[in-house]
Amino acid sequence: MRNKLVATLAGVAALALYSSMAVGSKYNFQEPQSVIAQDIYDQHIMLLWICLAIFVVVFGVMFYSILKHRKSLGYKAANFHHSTTAEVIWTVIPCFILIVMAWPATKTVIAMKDTSSPDMTIKATGYQWMWGYDYLQGEGEGISFYSKLSTPRAQLENKEAKGENYLLEVDNHVVVPVGKKVRVILTANDVIHAWWVPALGVKQDAIPGFIRDVWFAADAPGIYRGQCAELCGKDHGYMPIVVEVLEEDAYSEWAAEKLASMKKNPVNLASAADDVDVAEAAEKDSENN
Amino acid sequence: MAAVHGDVHGHGHDDHHPTGIMRWVTTTNHKDIGTMYLWFSLTMFFTGGFLAMGIRAELFQPGIQILEPELFNSFTTLHGLIMVFGAIMPAFVGFANWQVPMMIGAPDMAFARMNNWSFWLLIPAALLLISSFFVPGGAAAGGWTFYPPLSTQGGLGVDMMLFAVHILGASSIMGSINIITTILNMRAPGMTLMKMPLFVWTWLITAYLLVLAMPVLAGVVTMLITDRHFDTSFFNAAGGGDPVLFQHIFWFFGHPEVYIMILPAFGIVSEIIPTFSRKPLFGYSSMVYATASIAILSCIVWAHHMFTAGMPTVGQLFFMYATMLIAVPTGVKVFNWTATMWRGAMSFETPMLFAIGFIFLFVIGGFSGVICAIVPIDIQVQDTYYVIAHFHYVLVSGALFALFGGAYYWLPKWTGHMYDETLGKLHFWLSMIFFNMAFFVQHFLGLAGMPRRIPDYALQFADFNMISSLGAFGFGLTQLLFVYIVIKCIRSKEPAPEKPWEGATTLEWTHLPTPAPYHSFETPPVVK
Repeated sequence: MRNKLVATLAGVAALALYSSMAVGSKYNFQEPQSVIAQDIYDQHIMLLWICLAIFVVVFGVMFYSILKHRKSLGYKAANFHHSTTAEVIWTVIPCFILIVMAWPATKTVIAMKDTSSPDMTIKATGYQWMWGYDYLQGEGEGISFYSKLSTPRAQLENKEAKGENYLLEVDNHVVVPVGKKVRVILTANDVIHAWWVPALGVKQDAIPGFIRDVWFAADAPGIYRGQCAELCGKDHGYMPIVVEVLEEDAYSEWAAEKLASMKKNPVNLASAADDVDVAEAAEKDSENN
Repeated sequence: MAAVHGDVHGHGHDDHHPTGIMRWVTTTNHKDIGTMYLWFSLTMFFTGGFLAMGIRAELFQPGIQILEPELFNSFTTLHGLIMVFGAIMPAFVGFANWQVPMMIGAPDMAFARMNNWSFWLLIPAALLLISSFFVPGGAAAGGWTFYPPLSTQGGLGVDMMLFAVHILGASSIMGSINIITTILNMRAPGMTLMKMPLFVWTWLITAYLLVLAMPVLAGVVTMLITDRHFDTSFFNAAGGGDPVLFQHIFWFFGHPEVYIMILPAFGIVSEIIPTFSRKPLFGYSSMVYATASIAILSCIVWAHHMFTAGMPTVGQLFFMYATMLIAVPTGVKVFNWTATMWRGAMSFETPMLFAIGFIFLFVIGGFSGVICAIVPIDIQVQDTYYVIAHFHYVLVSGALFALFGGAYYWLPKWTGHMYDETLGKLHFWLSMIFFNMAFFVQHFLGLAGMPRRIPDYALQFADFNMISSLGAFGFGLTQLLFVYIVIKCIRSKEPAPEKPWEGATTLEWTHLPTPAPYHSFETPPVVK
């Protein structure tokens, strides 16, 4: 009876603690919006619990000892200094704990790496300091644009009040349909950048001269924000990534509109001659390839 | 083996030496050189600390305040390089210089002149690093890991940094060859390997790691220099090279480097804990084996710094498993320290406080290390403040706290005076509070999505950044107290007791007077 009560209380306490680390809280990962991000979130919580348990046991023993085994309390030192049994136990048990940790992680790694048969493919190119996107395959094929920080300079210099999405807003969002497997191919034009959207559980370095790929499938419509995660020079802090997830219909509409406007007003990666830096950059790019 | 002694230092008990500056320039005495290493590293610690204060001041609030982005990048870059190569590593070499000969009953280091050379090499390297701020183009700004192609973009400052790293590497290689030779050839009769104090053991293993890793760093730095100036394309895709190759070579050095900075700290803590528990170290031989296993494992985990660079699935899994395995020998160490304290008769002077603080916080850093080892989680936290928090827990509350503990522990032996115990304890508690204030919240910042190495951040990160900055300022100021304590200790008139720590069992406490004479163990002690 008593045991049951203790177990219930422990369960309630655990639940309360778990929910206090609630999804979306500023003490934890951002609210996951894809299967992979959810796996990562859950594994992190599991590891925190394991670490907490080990922490309590180890430091429970140590602080008991610190409180009781003091010279000032007249405690006389024992003289033992060896125990093979103890050594074997505390070598073997951690190995088992590690296996428990590694098992789900292995499954997730294999799932993360599987970029096969995507519904659509987008190429993201890192520039100093913005991103370029080309929709290579799937609905919207042919769409191409740059995406730059849109936070005004005055906000950076503290001359204007900072907006809600300070440093996390861009002129052109990467728009994708909900639930579709999107494969992102990454490369860079100058130095290494990294394409990171925390809510989607995606981070991959964009390496000049090389191609890497990742995938995600967003669970729900919404706007998800991330930042470049590899030091890429002066404005590394100013090249955010904004992914906008739309319902399928809305996406089709957006894609059609975007393609039409590109035909009318062809500003794409290859023909952005008005922007000298970019033209130069594109030239270098073709040299590299 | 130990018979070589007499020949190494033929002059017997004469401790004449030049006075003034020439004493220090020409010295071949391990204690003088150890002292210089320690003062040098303390100076660099405050230089790197100044840069850290700049970083935290800029990050105190969102928006650009005092450092323009490019200068901010230089600050983070040089902060890392100076703290790693200028503060932590030379400090441990300083401890090795002072303590290794005294703890194994040797009269001096094996190569006394090379010892002088390896110290004096540090000075031009430090000057190159610091003066690079004042050349056109400014100091290197590509991060302390100086990944190309970004690091091929910089100007003269980058070259100065690369040459400085070269010189520091050469100094480290010489220092470690010296330490290996001393330990293997100059132990007192009866001091078998398995009787050596653990500090000596950890340094022996560390020195081997240095000899292994430093030439690799020299290689990668040379390749970068030729890429920059002689049109080679090791790391340039346009010429058939690969930027990721740099990362592999760099981290092949860089990961052992992490353990180079922590193994001697394990050694110091393994001396302090038994002394103040008045009880022998639990599991001595397993401690030695654990240290060796950590060193070996540290050479096969380098790519865990590169999980987001893109790697085959099998590669990611291998490096994940290997990295997780390090937790086992590290755990063994923590359990052994706990078992050493168990049923001891503990007292809590400053060295012991720092040692316990070390274990407590290092374990937190170890936990976040295991979390970072898990590939899917690392994908989220790589290059964020979570990683910053992780490695400051192992390097500041790890390596640095152990250094403070060691300094308080051996100051009476080195100076012949006692430090102020009250101030020492105050130094510990303030460091403990401010350190956690500065770095614990950075875990949250990283989880919530704040990348590292950015001069400005989104508004949701503002609260924690302010707390972190306040903690960092407090931590920085607290370290001035340490300088005051050391100077007060040196100037103190009161002689320290011959053996201030009743539980100490190593040779420098049992066989040498306090302070240690200029030349010690001219005739080797006999160890039973």
